[in-house]
This record gives sequence, structure tokens and C-alpha cells, in this order.
Amino acid sequence: MADAVTSFGTYRHLVAAQVRGQLSYRSSFVLNCFGQMLAQCTDLVVILVLFSRVASLGGFGVRDVLLIYSLAGLSFGLADLVVGSIDQLPTFIRTGEFDVVLLRPLGTLAQLAASDFQLRRLGRVITALGVLGYVLSTSDLDWTVARVALLVVTPLAGMVIFSSIFVAASSVCFWFIDSRELANTVTYGGSYFTSYPITVFTGWLRTFLAYVVPGAFVAYYPALVLIGRADPLGAPTWLCSVSPVVALLSALGAATVWRRAVRHYRGTGS
Amino acid sequence: MIEATELSRSFRVTRKSGRRLRRIREEVVAVRSVSFTVEAGEAVGYIGPNGAGKSTTIKMLTGILVPTSGRVRVCGLDPSRQRIDLARRIGVVFGQRSQLWWDLPLAESFQLLRHIYRTPPSDHAERLEECTELLGLKGFLTTPVRQLSLGQRMRGEVTAALLHAPELLVLDEPTIGLDLESKQRLREFLAELNTRRRTTLVLTTHALDDIERLCRRMLVIDRGRVLADGPLERLRVEVGLERTLVVDLERPTAPLRGLAGVVEVRTETDGRRQRLSFQADRTTAAALITAVARQAPIHDVSVVEPEIDDVVRRLYARGPTTAEHPGRFDAPNDVLRAP
Amino acid sequence: MLTDVRALIGCYLRIALAGFHRYATYRQATVAGAATNIVFGLIRVGILAAVYTAQGGGSVGGYDLTTTVTYVWLGQGLLSIVEFWGGTELTNRIRTGAVVVDLSRPWNPQAALLAEDTGRAGFAALARLVPPVLFGMVVFPFRWPDNPWVPVLFLVSALLAMVVSFGARFLLSLTAFWLLDSRGVLGVYQVVSSTLAGLEIPLGYFPGWARTALWFTPFPAMLQSPIDVFVQHGSAVALLVHQVVWAVLLLSLGQLLLRSAVRKVVVQGG
Repeated sequence: MADAVTSFGTYRHLVAAQVRGQLSYRSSFVLNCFGQMLAQCTDLVVILVLFSRVASLGGFGVRDVLLIYSLAGLSFGLADLVVGSIDQLPTFIRTGEFDVVLLRPLGTLAQLAASDFQLRRLGRVITALGVLGYVLSTSDLDWTVARVALLVVTPLAGMVIFSSIFVAASSVCFWFIDSRELANTVTYGGSYFTSYPITVFTGWLRTFLAYVVPGAFVAYYPALVLIGRADPLGAPTWLCSVSPVVALLSALGAATVWRRAVRHYRGTGS
Repeated sequence: MIEATELSRSFRVTRKSGRRLRRIREEVVAVRSVSFTVEAGEAVGYIGPNGAGKSTTIKMLTGILVPTSGRVRVCGLDPSRQRIDLARRIGVVFGQRSQLWWDLPLAESFQLLRHIYRTPPSDHAERLEECTELLGLKGFLTTPVRQLSLGQRMRGEVTAALLHAPELLVLDEPTIGLDLESKQRLREFLAELNTRRRTTLVLTTHALDDIERLCRRMLVIDRGRVLADGPLERLRVEVGLERTLVVDLERPTAPLRGLAGVVEVRTETDGRRQRLSFQADRTTAAALITAVARQAPIHDVSVVEPEIDDVVRRLYARGPTTAEHPGRFDAPNDVLRAP
Repeated sequence: MLTDVRALIGCYLRIALAGFHRYATYRQATVAGAATNIVFGLIRVGILAAVYTAQGGGSVGGYDLTTTVTYVWLGQGLLSIVEFWGGTELTNRIRTGAVVVDLSRPWNPQAALLAEDTGRAGFAALARLVPPVLFGMVVFPFRWPDNPWVPVLFLVSALLAMVVSFGARFLLSLTAFWLLDSRGVLGVYQVVSSTLAGLEIPLGYFPGWARTALWFTPFPAMLQSPIDVFVQHGSAVALLVHQVVWAVLLLSLGQLLLRSAVRKVVVQGG
């Protein structure tokens, strides 16, 4: 535990140094940040265009979908901010920079997450927060203490779930170095999927992205609790508020996968 | 400081073969049962051609790779199991990959390393000052790393590896690509580090003058095996290369033939200068000088040691000392680049 | 004169072949990429099909369900031919100064890059267009053309789409000569271009004013047009003419900008 705290301290220093560097190119930073805001906006535009054609998607109205979209966007944006630089893993392996990572007295994952910290990724978070604020302020939700707590916990749990997805999916690169794009199916694909009610999808795709990759717990289930609706697919009520537990399990799973992957790299695995 | 016992490492690779490009999996042995020890305070040159297994060994010593078999202890730790503990006690410099932050000024990289290694600020400041002084970093401490010349960056890399006062410094091809002056400066600094601070040095290189200036001991490997291990002087004798006595005589003289132990005589400037190659185990330079003085008045003498290149080449030609298949090792001609 | 021309064509043909080979060597990446395209296709089909479910069948923006599904798979296949997310290579070469090598060669840099990109697209057509489209044909209802000329026109239109996309990316990359770093500009472009070209939803779904506005941009010519040619939505001739106009316009602009960039390099030394 003490180790985790000092690791976090070091992570903070690494991140701070890079943020200072990025902020020194002010105009470039603003443009990059704007790009990330737009990236999140294009998904919003798609939803709005679809709702200009129909009144409901998967049995949910535009407000509900926007709530799900913003919770998912917030979770993904935060995860992307924290561990998004793990995208660089293939480059690290190819150039041998991963060896340098292994030579430092710190955990490999923390170093990689801090290696290319991009403050501009805050752009996604800003857009998502804006939409969330709009939806919440214009809906008359029945606010209880439990719901307020859920609203705070949901993006954090979602962030942990998405971070776990990032880490676990990127680990594949240790075995198949050119297959990074495959990780996109569950990271960016996961973000795409979780922005909609899972009732929109069918078949094994839904089973896979909602439960195997626990996408349903990022935004859909918590949103059901917030708007006080039962799951049309018949999930028990308790299942809708266990996202933090799912997050914890995902993190443990991802950590295990990562450890195995690093072990494989160093030559004891497989 | 380092104890390696029958260290081996093999890799599984797939390669395409035949006209149909079938994929074949095979085991490639990069390091084959290598054993050696390095005592604290030593400076060891670990040399061999590309693909000889140098980097693989370094990776096993530093905990990056886990050995396929064998045992290794560095600073009394098992590198692969105690990677993080070991990392605090050793410094590693890779000539071809950087441990600095590309976009940050050198000084800031050093500050980050202080946090990473959790070095006490006063110790950190003291060592940084020392390195800044000895390696002449002052002029570019605030320059982003990406703008540094290779020589400057290398000095930065070495400093970065020393800020946490490691007991052992491992350098993988530290002088590759450096200009003459930077090489010189780096070597002097490392020699000083080794003698004054008693920091143990292990460096891999194929620039043999690195070894000549820095390392009293040389470990030669090829194809994953240790070919030779010992002080440079001893290896010279061991491979049986001739030393050369160069005598400048007062006046032109006929070639001095028939001296005991001399195998070859070459003359220059009408025999005013004569080069006598002799076998070190059959005579000594002193005896030879006496013998020459009896035949002609001597103006000046000097002894030329065999080039380290030749020593190494001879070692490759000879094969491993404890060779199981001595005949299998033929001399690779082009693998050793003269500096 | 004739041999000159032949040598010139031979040179660019070689470059195109080199482009083809360069991408053909990444076999693992190709498989991973095609698989990723298919998974994203499934998510897109899910979302768009939900629109038809919500309104009980019929057509949206002139596309019925079968056409929409076909649209998605063609889009997923064309994606890597058109390459919305590439184009950083030239920017990086300009930023690092390596571009002087390109400028010093006895060729037209734009033509050379276009030749290489065509080679890349040629490989993408074989390895990345076919899998998603085949998958869509086998697993989903598919809208087959009723005229044997349609696939031919589709290929012509796909080639034009790739040229238009190249033209736009080339223009934006050149801004690096003035901005020092055009990664921000390219980033924004990458984020919005695919949506504006109709990747996520057919542009026919957009409200009338947005559709009209979009046809005044090159974006529909990059993706929407070849798909519309295939599913025979609208006049193929009009679509192709729109593409040709944009291809010529963007390439000429690129040539002009390149000239003034070269002047800038020559005069100011970079």
C-alpha cells in the first residue's frame, strides 16, 4: 500500500513535468484540446441526427440516451486521460524503450501510463461534462442521497472499468506486436457501445460488449437507477448498482493480464 | 558483485522457409551456459561481435530478461525476481536508447529521476554537481533532450544513471557513434569513477579502445559462449601473439638475425630502425636489448604490444578455452570493427 | 520525349508498387485491422437497425434497412482505402526537416506521395475492403446492384474518393511549413472528417440544410459517394462529377501551396 502511494507520488511528478511541457505550446495545446472536444461532439451529433428521425432508440428517449452517452463519455475520457498513453506500448516494445522501463525502480504500468500523458484528452471530459450538466439540469429527476452518490461514483467506476479495458487489451501487443488495432474494438468500440442503451444491440455482440467486457456497468445500468427505470431486458435491480464492484474486479483482472504479459516479455511466460 | 553460473537463454522464433513460406518454429540459443563472476570495484569489458549474446546477457543481469536456465546474482539479488530492489542499486546506460525524457530539459529529467529513485535531495544535488562539473554539462542543462548532440546526450545519460549512486554501472555500447573527443572525455570520467568511487563497471562494446583504456579485465564471448576471460595482458600472452621490440640504431646495420626468441625481423631506413617480433614466453625485452647492444650501438628502444584487435581475432580463431568442439569456431573476419 | 514520359510513368508506378509492398508486409496488422473493421461494423449496424425498429421499418433518408446495412459494410471496407486518420507522416517529415530530401529529388513530391498512397490504397482494396464487405454479404441482408456496370463505377468512385482524401490530407500537412506543427490541425480534421463523410450515419439521415451544406464540402466525395454509387442512391454521374471536381480542386490547391512552401524553404532555409 505504501508502495502504491509513493508510486502515485512519482506518477504525479512525471505527469506534472509533461503537462508543463505541453502548456508551454499554448496554441497547439488549445487546438489539440479542441480536437478532443470535437471528437466527443461527433458522437453527440450522431445521436442527435438519429433522434431527428425517431423518438426512441432501443426503447429510450433522447434524454435518457444523452445521459448514458455523457456518463460513458466521462468514463472513457477520464480513462483515456489516465492510461491512454498505453497506446504507445508497441512503440515501446519495438524500440526497446520497454527495457528502460524495466530498469527503473517503479511499476511498469504506472511508468507507461505516465509516459505520454496528454492533458488535451481533457477535451472529451469537458464535452461529456457539458452534456451531463445540460441533461441533469433540464430533467426533473428525483434526487435522493443514494442517487447523488451514484452520480459521483459512476464516472469513477466507469473510468476504472475503461482503464482496465485499455490495459488488458493493450497487453495483447506483448504477444502480437502489430495487432494494436484489435485493442480498439474494446476501447474505442467499447466507448461507442456504452454510449447507447444496450437494448439497441442484440445477440452475441451485446453479450460480449455488455458483460464479458463489462460495458453495461459503465453507463447503462447506473443510468437506469438514476432515471428510476427497470431494465427492459429484465436484469435484477441490484445488478444495476454494482458498478464499483465490477470496476474492482476489472482492475484485478487487468492487473493479472498485465503481469502475465510482462512476464511473457521477460521470458518466463508461455 | 555479479555471479553468473551456467547462464543460458534461448528464444523461440518463427521464420519462413522454403518456397511455400512455411513457418518454422525453432529455438535459437543466444547465451549458452555462461559462467563468470565480477568482484566489487572491477572494471570488466564484455566484448563480442554483434549477435554474440552480449545484450542478452546484460538484460539478464539487469532483470529485464529471465534466464532460461542457470543462476545469476547481482548485488546479492536475483535480478528477475527482485527487479525493483536491484534497479535502485545499479545504473544502466544504453548507447542506443535513451532513458531521458525527449521533450524535457536535461535538468528536469534529472529531477524526475530523483523522484523515481527516491534519492535524498542533498545526495542528489551533490552528485549532480559533481557530474555537471566532471562531464561539463553546464552549458546545456536547460536544453530539451531532443536538441542535444549525441555526445551531450550521452553525458546526460551517464549522469542519469549515476544520480542514485549505484554500486554497479552497466554500459551497453556507451561510445557508439560518439566523436573522438566525447569518447575520450567519457572514458576518463568512467576510469575516474572506477578508481575513486570504486563503482564496479561492466561495459559491452565492440570499440576495443574502450576496453584498452578502461578495463583491466576482458570477457570475450562469441555465439553465446565465453571464449576468454582475464586481464588483457594475460590474454595477450595466452594467445601467443608476438611482442615487438623496435630498436633505433646509431647507423645503418644489416638485419639482426639469429637472436634467440625472435621470429621476424623487419628493417626500415636502411636498417637504422629494426622491428624484432619476439615470443614473450621465450625471451624478454631486457634480454633482447642486451643481445642487440652486443651487435650494434643502440640509440633508442621501444616495445610495441600486440593490437587488442589481433588478440581478439586470435581468440576467435582459437575457439573457447574449454571448448567441446574446438574445430567449430572459425575466425569471423569482419565482425570486429577496428575503432 | 516519349521515352521521358515513359520513364516518368515508370518511376511513379514503382513508387506505387513500393507503397503496396510496404503495407503488404504487415500481415498481422492487416488481419487485426480487418477484424476491427468488422466489429465496428457490427456496432454501427446495431445502432442503425434500432432506428428502423423504432419506426417499424420503412425508409430513412431514402435508405431502407437492407440498403443501410449494405451501406455500413461498404463504409467499413472503404475506410482504410480512404484513410481518414493517416497523413501524419508528411507533417512529421516537415517538422523534423527531413522533407528537404523529398524536395531535392527530381520528382513532383505531390505526385510521388499520391503514387505511394495509391499503392497503399491498392493493397487496402484487396486486404481491407473485401473482408468486411464479404462478412456483410454472408451474415446480413445485402443490397446487390441490378446492373453489372455498378461495381465498375464503384471502383472508379472509390479511387476518386481516395484521391480526394489524399488531396485534403496533403493540403493540411503542408500547413506545417507555416505552423511548424500541423498535428493539431490534422487532429481536428481526423476527428470530424469521417463523420462528415458519412461513416457513422449516411448523410441522408441529416436534416436537409446540413445535407446541402455538406455537398459544398469535399467530405461526401470521400465515402458517401462510392457507397451511393454502389447502392444506386442518386445519380451516379452527378456523384462522380462532384468527386472529380473536388479531386482536381484539392490537387491543384496542393500544388500551388507546395510551390510557395518550396519558395519559403529555399528563401528562408526551412
